[in-house]
Amino acid sequence: MIPVAHTASGSAAVPAIEIRALHKSFGDNEVLKGIDFHVDQGEVVCVIGPSGSGKSTLLRCVNRLEEPTSGTVLVEGIDITDGETDLDGVRTRIGMVFQQFNLFPHLSVLKNLTLAQQRAKKRKRAEAVDIARRNLAKVGLAEKADAFPAQLSGGQQQRVAIARALSMDPDMMLFDEPTSALDPELVGDVLEVMKQLARDGMTMMVVTHEMGFAREVGDRVVFMDGGVVVEQGRPEDVLGDPQHERTKLFLSKVL
Amino acid sequence: MKRSTRRRLTQGVLYAIFAAVVLLVLLSIDWGRIQPYFFNVDVARDAFPGILTIAAKNTVVYTAIAFVGGMLFGLALALMKLSPVLPYRWLATAYIELFRGLPALLVIFGFAFAVPIAFSWQAPGGSVGAGLIGLIVVSAAYIAETIRAGIEAVPKGQVEAARSLGMNPAWTMITVVLPQAFRIITPPLTNELVILIKDTSLLFIAGMAIGDRELTTFARDSLTNSANATPLVVAALLYLVITLPLTQLVAKLERHNKRGR
Repeated sequence: MIPVAHTASGSAAVPAIEIRALHKSFGDNEVLKGIDFHVDQGEVVCVIGPSGSGKSTLLRCVNRLEEPTSGTVLVEGIDITDGETDLDGVRTRIGMVFQQFNLFPHLSVLKNLTLAQQRAKKRKRAEAVDIARRNLAKVGLAEKADAFPAQLSGGQQQRVAIARALSMDPDMMLFDEPTSALDPELVGDVLEVMKQLARDGMTMMVVTHEMGFAREVGDRVVFMDGGVVVEQGRPEDVLGDPQHERTKLFLSKVL
Repeated sequence: MKRSTRRRLTQGVLYAIFAAVVLLVLLSIDWGRIQPYFFNVDVARDAFPGILTIAAKNTVVYTAIAFVGGMLFGLALALMKLSPVLPYRWLATAYIELFRGLPALLVIFGFAFAVPIAFSWQAPGGSVGAGLIGLIVVSAAYIAETIRAGIEAVPKGQVEAARSLGMNPAWTMITVVLPQAFRIITPPLTNELVILIKDTSLLFIAGMAIGDRELTTFARDSLTNSANATPLVVAALLYLVITLPLTQLVAKLERHNKRGR
């Protein structure tokens, strides 16, 4: 771990995520056109917007799954675009949940949860198993430890994916449309787990189409369109009384 | 006519055609003439036990060495071909194109005779050892392409999930990508293995001591000595004895691995 990590973490003054003037292009296609964005520690921020608005790209820039074209991304004060930063070390503190779950299909549920604990956090096997079982219980799937991902429903797989991320003891969680690939009747279980996380004080950045979740759980809602942040604020303001035409248009379609 | 009756009738006709063709072939063989030269029981008996204890054993041992060597070397080549470092990619591509384009027989000959002279080098295991290195060099070129295809077939989200958990590229490759890649490429790898079993018959070009002979060389020597082709038939049957259980085993393994998908 690099020294700067020590000074930065734990201080409430430092935002969990701070993004300044972020640009991201894929070839000629500019997806993010200068984003300023932050998530405070303990805050739940929901990012909404039409598809192609750049919200997933923004989220993926936070742990540098996407390489920013220009701009600054600070995670707990650490510049992750700096080549000297221990990126793997920072990533162990950022949990990520994907739309397609991305569980490791060749490993049992338990192994899915212990693998990175042992390889990236250098935990002993017994400790890793202990933590894994605790997190499986937290998402209500304690009895599925020995199952393989293919034997689980989509909703169960996504809850396992959440438990896998939690097993690294992250300081914050990124959710990339976590319920978009689920059958409607399975969405509720996953959202329930996420609500519990929020109640426990987890810092969360959630890209979602679940307006109900954003309204109920979000501390702040950010509306993106065309690669820029159009408007943001308290959920009841943005969702209930949007100021911009584009926000109104979008909400009229999804609500 | 009822649909089920018609189906049964069609199947009956198909079976009848099959039986007729087999019968026709068997009846048109001149057993009296072929039997003494190809199915001579006394000559077959003389081939034993050497054809088992020396020849079949050597075929299995050479195949094992060449396959393990080809896998390790092929894996290295595949990783080089996917490397972000450009010269590595060039080198791997050039290697693969070169050795896939050459007949294995010539490469084995080169490693058995040209390379030792050029580099004043003595291969472990003598001339057969040198020939085996040639076989490894060729099979690695094919296996490298198979492994590369397997790695590329693993969904990108798998790497993203592993990296987002803080795993470094090496651990991600070893624990997440490669296990899935090898599952995907089990059928083509089985192919490589079966081809390799038969390609050990090319090692004769390196020159073999009596105890080094594998099935084909052993059978050809017996053919010369006894002026009878029966040892070749015995060798052919022994190749099947080796390959058939192997492919069955792999098929079983594949069914077992299906649960993890």
